[in-house]
Amino acid sequence: MSRGGTRLDTKKVNSELFTLTYGALVAQLLKDYENVEDVNKQLERMGYNMGIRLIEDFLARTGSGRCYDFRDTAEKIQSAFKIYLGVTPTITNWNAAGDEFSLCFESNPLTEFVELPDNCLHLKYCNLLTGVLRGACEMVQMEIAAWFVQDQLKNDNITEVRIKFVKRLEDAIPAGED
Amino acid sequence: MTVHNLYIFSRNGQLLFYTEWNRLNKSGMTQEEEAKLMYGMLFSIKSFVNKISPLDPKEGFLYYKTSKYTLYCFETVSGLKFVLNTDNGAQNVRELLQQIYSQVYVEFVVKNPLCQLNQPIQSELFRTKLDELIKKSPIYLNRSL
Repeated sequence: MSRGGTRLDTKKVNSELFTLTYGALVAQLLKDYENVEDVNKQLERMGYNMGIRLIEDFLARTGSGRCYDFRDTAEKIQSAFKIYLGVTPTITNWNAAGDEFSLCFESNPLTEFVELPDNCLHLKYCNLLTGVLRGACEMVQMEIAAWFVQDQLKNDNITEVRIKFVKRLEDAIPAGED
Repeated sequence: MTVHNLYIFSRNGQLLFYTEWNRLNKSGMTQEEEAKLMYGMLFSIKSFVNKISPLDPKEGFLYYKTSKYTLYCFETVSGLKFVLNTDNGAQNVRELLQQIYSQVYVEFVVKNPLCQLNQPIQSELFRTKLDELIKKSPIYLNRSL
């Protein structure tokens, strides 16, 4: 039990081990569900459950405060990718209203040894990430939607995740006495 | 110097954890009632402070002090509240609260898949680690009151 004092020196994991473990997970889900749409949904759900916990680790580690605006949020998400996946996606394609942007990945550690077979064309292999983003943002009072628009696994040049701000969630009020 | 007691509240006001070290005065109500009262007060103070503040409140409510004790409140961006009562001489209590969050809560509750978030914390390991951290802290100096 040496976890207590060694918090800040993050335990590094070989990214290949991580990539392969994730691959095993996706393969297992494909076996269990057979239907690709169900696998996409399940990956998103698992991601969500990870996100609501991961945000606490992120906040404790970075000590970052509330976001001033959505651009600030975008930068924090970018830094989180650096911390957890070791990649820095570029933030691009802001829409005019400033409530939608894209994260572009040149390389994606999750898909390193992956090729999609023909019967999985609709599989969103990295859909876990959209769930993580949604779960994490929800815990800091932001409802967002995230989805893939380009995917290197589908022969696009880059992988692009689109993120849209939906609404601010209000602070919970304690339940009344009555 | 001493640490009296600690409350942890979830983002929707549920008492996740309570523990005490040196508490001489009992409130005379059940823990549940006391927690509700405490959370209600924090909620009111928080909105009062933010409304009445002549400048951008930034972090908002930090602590209040009476003639006998000081109540420190640390709220994370995700809405968790850590409330610690100490004597009036305690220094760097916010730092201690930040440590409770990052070194104990995140490590032994968030990273323990068997601990449900938003449910009272049952983990013995959490309790032990918290106790260790508090007793190690210079703020905690057990003297007979």
